[in-house]
Amino acid sequence: MTDAVLPVITIGGYLGSGKTTLLNNLLRRADGRRLAVLVNEFGELPIDEDLIVAEDENMISIAGGCICCSFGNDLIGALNELAMLDPPPDYVVIESSGVAIPGAIVSTFSLIDGFRSDGIVVVVDGETVQAAAKDDYIGDTITRQLSDAEIVLVNKLDLVEPEQEKDLASWLSEMAPDAAQVPARFGDVAPETILGVVAEPSTGHTAPHSDAQFESMILRPNDDVDASLLAQDLATGGYGVIRAKGYVAGAEGQTWLIQTVGRRWQAEQAPGHGVTGIVCLGLRGLLLRDQVGKLAIDCCG
Amino acid sequence: MTETTIYVAKKILTMNPNQPEVTHVAVRDGRILGAGVLSDLEPWGTYTLDDRFSDKVLMPGFVEGHAHTMEGTLWRKTYVGWFDRRDPDGKTWAGLKSIDSVIERLKETEAQMTDPDAALSGWGLDPIYMNNQRVSRHDLDKVSTTRPIGVLHASGHILNVNTKALEVSGLLKPGVNHDGIPLAEDGLSTGEIYGMDAMSPVGPHVGFDRAMTDCDEQGLRDYAKLCVRAGVTTCTDLAARLTDESVAMMLKVTSEDRFPARLVPLRIFFGMSAKDVVEYAQALGKKSTDRLRLGRIKAVADGSIQGFSARMRWPGYHNGAPNGLWYTAPDQMSELYHLALKAGVQVHTHTNGDQATQMALDMLEPALRAHPSPDHRFTLQHCQLADAAQFRKMKALEMCVNLFANHHFYWGDEHYRLTVGPERAERMNACRTALDTGVPMTIHSDAPVTPLGPLFTAWCAVNRITASGRTQGEGEKIDMAAALHAITLGAAYTLHMDGEVGSIEVGKQADFAVLDEDPMVVDVMALKDIPVWGTVQGGRVFAAGEL
Ligand SMILES: [Zn+2]
Repeated sequence: MTDAVLPVITIGGYLGSGKTTLLNNLLRRADGRRLAVLVNEFGELPIDEDLIVAEDENMISIAGGCICCSFGNDLIGALNELAMLDPPPDYVVIESSGVAIPGAIVSTFSLIDGFRSDGIVVVVDGETVQAAAKDDYIGDTITRQLSDAEIVLVNKLDLVEPEQEKDLASWLSEMAPDAAQVPARFGDVAPETILGVVAEPSTGHTAPHSDAQFESMILRPNDDVDASLLAQDLATGGYGVIRAKGYVAGAEGQTWLIQTVGRRWQAEQAPGHGVTGIVCLGLRGLLLRDQVGKLAIDCCG
Repeated sequence: MTETTIYVAKKILTMNPNQPEVTHVAVRDGRILGAGVLSDLEPWGTYTLDDRFSDKVLMPGFVEGHAHTMEGTLWRKTYVGWFDRRDPDGKTWAGLKSIDSVIERLKETEAQMTDPDAALSGWGLDPIYMNNQRVSRHDLDKVSTTRPIGVLHASGHILNVNTKALEVSGLLKPGVNHDGIPLAEDGLSTGEIYGMDAMSPVGPHVGFDRAMTDCDEQGLRDYAKLCVRAGVTTCTDLAARLTDESVAMMLKVTSEDRFPARLVPLRIFFGMSAKDVVEYAQALGKKSTDRLRLGRIKAVADGSIQGFSARMRWPGYHNGAPNGLWYTAPDQMSELYHLALKAGVQVHTHTNGDQATQMALDMLEPALRAHPSPDHRFTLQHCQLADAAQFRKMKALEMCVNLFANHHFYWGDEHYRLTVGPERAERMNACRTALDTGVPMTIHSDAPVTPLGPLFTAWCAVNRITASGRTQGEGEKIDMAAALHAITLGAAYTLHMDGEVGSIEVGKQADFAVLDEDPMVVDVMALKDIPVWGTVQGGRVFAAGEL
């Protein structure tokens, strides 16, 4: 992996699920990260007015060095333009149209070099999504979107009765088998959930995240780690890890980068990185810290 | 005093039921002063009698309700289609019946290219007539290994490229994982690229870039020549982005002295919110001139049937393919309809699958209740799979329909065999049902998908013959008079222009199609072969032979 590869987060979900609110919260809490947000179109106020610094036909400049561009029907063209920005953005966030299938967007931008998918987030309206999934017109679109999800952001939970919440959760785990579910009210979640955690805990500028909703921990396995096995365990072991990212040392001293989003995982060699440790993010109280900690030992040779 | 010219013709088919056939038409200031026998017209005063059409048959200039001016720009690329096709300069390019002959023609173009790095682009390829033979990158490498080559299929949904094109667009690598890019045994792309998404990285390197739907100056002039050759005097461009720049270009070109057509471009509902697109179309409308009519919107509900991206109702595709995709969400369509009706802006909606048609109907009905809009003439475009109940609903909602008669000829066999099966293939593009139900109806070419040529389009609707020679959907045939109405007044009606064009009557534009034979007396099978001498547009004479 070279530094030139831009992480891309794809945000999908049907109209009215709360994608725009989520985006605005992300921009509000960007905290020094330079986000380039790509939207299909500039609808009525895609970006809260108080965040806008300048605006022209295809680009909105946002406080803190972020930008928002509309890509119409040319995502590849828009991405190529972003790649030429100096300095390039830290993250690209694509807000797909309400009827787009996010997996298709990822396979399209994966065709060109310089970008890497760093998560498919599907936003759903917790109150209405189950009914919408039965709709003749949009039902299959919604279920196709969910089946691609790595993180399902369950919005508008304030409108869902507590007893329905459980039913919703088990329905979602069927519809989105690869995804971690993150409850949200008014699209407000820790930016790390959407953008990913910083991979190098001791050198990064952001401390592992902790607030009322989320907690995180740093896993520091010994050397001689089976990186693939560890990544797979973190993602699929049921330990409440929403996202994990970091470097470990493998059997012959090579460095590996581990990344997980929901139940999908990836481990690749990453020469040149010295600081080991994996940041794991989960929901407060649901991240099984002890069991995750134990993986540090189980995965070593 | 202004001049009056009276044209005498062998016959003038007016489309005016009060006097369906006359011999003379008087023209003053680009408009029709009157039609009838000479003695009816003489009282208008001094005139010049022009007998150049004395052995010709005049009809109202044809109106094409769904085509794309991009065909004009495509002709600067190499045509490699299966069927013979005439270019803007009148040269007929022979249809190519084998992959080898496609390669040969591309080689001929290649040999004439001077810039060694320039891309070579071809269009119109349709291997379904060659037993669905695949064209690989290695086939196109025989033309050149050093310049990028791209050949677009007739449907517009598939692109074939050579190795160099894959290389320069970064796609010549193992591990490509995309539904639209099949891999060969060597783990690399075969050179076949399916769908707009997969085309987007390579298209710009082979001459098919994102702005492809926007015509350029020369393309527009070339397109207008095709109009003259087809007898078309009013033509839609369905649709374009209509940026300030392209509108300025269109205003300039259409106002040229010898520009021979009235153009009706629609702004596409894409990349703009419903509110913005309605305001945009309204603002564009104010820029309209006689030969450039702006201010309408085109929305796209779904994809195409042969691309399996059309939205189908139960039981779906005949071969079991999953349902297609929405290009516009039902809620957005609803919002557009509400706002457009409120503002009095007309919307044409592309629907191919029957579920897409149903969606448009379902979204329009409540919008009409909220904003009662007499004479809205919202039109469904293509609407290929609508059933009888859907036509009744269109009638109840006072909608119009523009059916894709040409498609039936070119892809009818494919639909019968593969996509929708016999029963639905027989009822596709149900012109008879539309007319019997009382839905205002026209028929179209969707050029460049199929060639611009209303007489051919009428032939398709009258005969319902497919490329293999089968009659498909006997019960949906219409008669000659109905077909001729469809390509004149029928199309004009869908554009709110029937008071102005579409028939030869006093007060209307002096727009004529000049034909060598009389469509009302030729055999129905010969309709498509009637030679078009040219047109008269706004009183100006355009001979196809002198363009
Ligand atoms: Zn079209």
